[in-house]
Amino acid sequence: MSIVANKPEPLLYEMSNPGTVGYSLPECDVPMTQLPSDLLRSELNLPEVGEVDVVRHFTRLSQKNYCVDLGIYPLGSCTMKYNPKVNEEAIRLAGFSQVHPMQPAETAQGAMQLMYELQEYLGAISGLPGVTLQPAAGAQGELTGVLVIRAYHLARGDTARSEILIPDSAHGTNPATSAMAGYQVVQVKSDARGNMDSEDLRAKVSNKTAGIMFTNPNTLGLFEEHVRAVNQILHDAGGLVYGDGANLNAIVGVARPGDLGFDVIHSNLHKTFSVPHGGGGPGSGPVMVRPDLAQFLPSPVVAQEGETYVFKNPAHSIGRIKSFWGNFLAIVRAYVYIRSFGKEHLQEIAQDSVLNANYLLALIRDVYDPQVPERVCKHEFVLNGTRFKKEYGVNTLDVAKRIIDYGYYPPTIYFPLIVPECLMIEPTETQSKASLDEFAAALRQIAEEARANPQLLHDAPHDTPVTRLDDVKAAREPVLRYKHL
Amino acid sequence: MSSGKEITYPNDVKYASTHEWVKLDSDTAIVGITDYAQDALGDIVFVELPEPGMEKKAGEAFGVVESVKAASDVFMPVGGSISATNDALRDAPETVNGDAFGAGWMLKLFPYNAADLEKLMDAATYKSKIDSGEIH
Repeated sequence: MSIVANKPEPLLYEMSNPGTVGYSLPECDVPMTQLPSDLLRSELNLPEVGEVDVVRHFTRLSQKNYCVDLGIYPLGSCTMKYNPKVNEEAIRLAGFSQVHPMQPAETAQGAMQLMYELQEYLGAISGLPGVTLQPAAGAQGELTGVLVIRAYHLARGDTARSEILIPDSAHGTNPATSAMAGYQVVQVKSDARGNMDSEDLRAKVSNKTAGIMFTNPNTLGLFEEHVRAVNQILHDAGGLVYGDGANLNAIVGVARPGDLGFDVIHSNLHKTFSVPHGGGGPGSGPVMVRPDLAQFLPSPVVAQEGETYVFKNPAHSIGRIKSFWGNFLAIVRAYVYIRSFGKEHLQEIAQDSVLNANYLLALIRDVYDPQVPERVCKHEFVLNGTRFKKEYGVNTLDVAKRIIDYGYYPPTIYFPLIVPECLMIEPTETQSKASLDEFAAALRQIAEEARANPQLLHDAPHDTPVTRLDDVKAAREPVLRYKHL
Repeated sequence: MSSGKEITYPNDVKYASTHEWVKLDSDTAIVGITDYAQDALGDIVFVELPEPGMEKKAGEAFGVVESVKAASDVFMPVGGSISATNDALRDAPETVNGDAFGAGWMLKLFPYNAADLEKLMDAATYKSKIDSGEIH
């Protein structure tokens, strides 16, 4: 950590010194004219600072940032894995970094070959060979997928399907996506083992069901044990199955969603395939579909004709979902990542991520309470903080804030919504055993502090430029721009 | 903070498994969320309520309660016509945290569907289902 990291940084407004400028212009060689007075504003009160002060201000701010290059970033359901530096080397090759989206296709054949091959790889990995690389991130991939499902039903002349089923453990984007695509959301309950409640599912599926959206493994970090049966129930009712690929890291190279009965799935390249995210974006959320749905994909996709790569519009495309060709450099990074592993080693991503999550859970499970203790978790696990709240008066927010004092980014909290006082941890495969041991030791120490000195947790974090923020006041009385208070 | 206080389960209201309560005041039904619900949600920062005059069935969502942790739908414990909503919650959503069964009420229903009351729980049943983890 930098020596300045824990000092509070003033706002640029507070650093302002009247008359200071960060520029020096040559003398004007044309007659000067005043702007019309109705276009001039005097109330803006812009900060006046020098160039070097601005640079230092933002550099100091950047040093307060936490990032995956500093340490474990265990945000559940976010897959904050290490972003290999070789990806960054590749995107700086002139053929990728200097290519213009409007240049003729015949002059961008290398870039298009890469896109074509990534489509092929993602099709092979998912078992769903129709691929679009366009969506800008996961949620846009979801919208693309659900619009494809909608187009499929309408093309069959089936206009009666108005509902999408979604389990109560789902990512919030799933119901939001369904609503945006014009569907009613019908919630399906989870059972005690963390699976979808099959009785509730059977009760809710009907000829109004357009499809189901779910994540496997789900947000409890558990593999849906009846995934094939669930998908069969949907298919028997004429619905399609959308897989939220946010948790693909747990099964990549091991199980193919297409083989499990999914019809459509997206993959967050900025999770499973090592593209930076969390301020380091942009993301990318390609969508993969079974062969007969490829005709509905967004236009265009890259196709191969002899030796040449061309852009093609699928026959019954839902249209464009994003300008140009998606977030191209994110696509390049994912391509490099997949090629660095190769077909033989890709499964080690899933195996090691599951191993790391189970190892970390094993180190702390005697002091924290797993939500479904009888099951082996996949790439992440969920802890229930009810006992801490009851016995120590410490809630999960307090635990998360205390984790900051130990120099780590806190895990996801209060999600999934079905787990009270939830703490959701995903270490990813890119943590060494030593790093997991250290993190587990910190969590154990915090559990002991919760018992012996709960006030320490209520007041945390202590070792940061600002301590506990009043997020309630901020939410109730938001101040959304700078002003003198 | 909401933690540490004993959760209350008054006997003069009926409870839905989705954590709403209903209390009868002559021919009007008053609706809110339970003390357990406000405690689980944490500090409530926003309450969105429907326009009076709307009719809704039991189990239908009537609004949204937003805390610093999550935004949650709230559901009709009984069906009925919404005759009034608690406007005070617009400026003081924290009232739900402080007095869930009193000043933190959300809807008045007139008329309401009395038959729906039979599907609701009394305080002892609701509490036992929460303590056993059957509902959360």
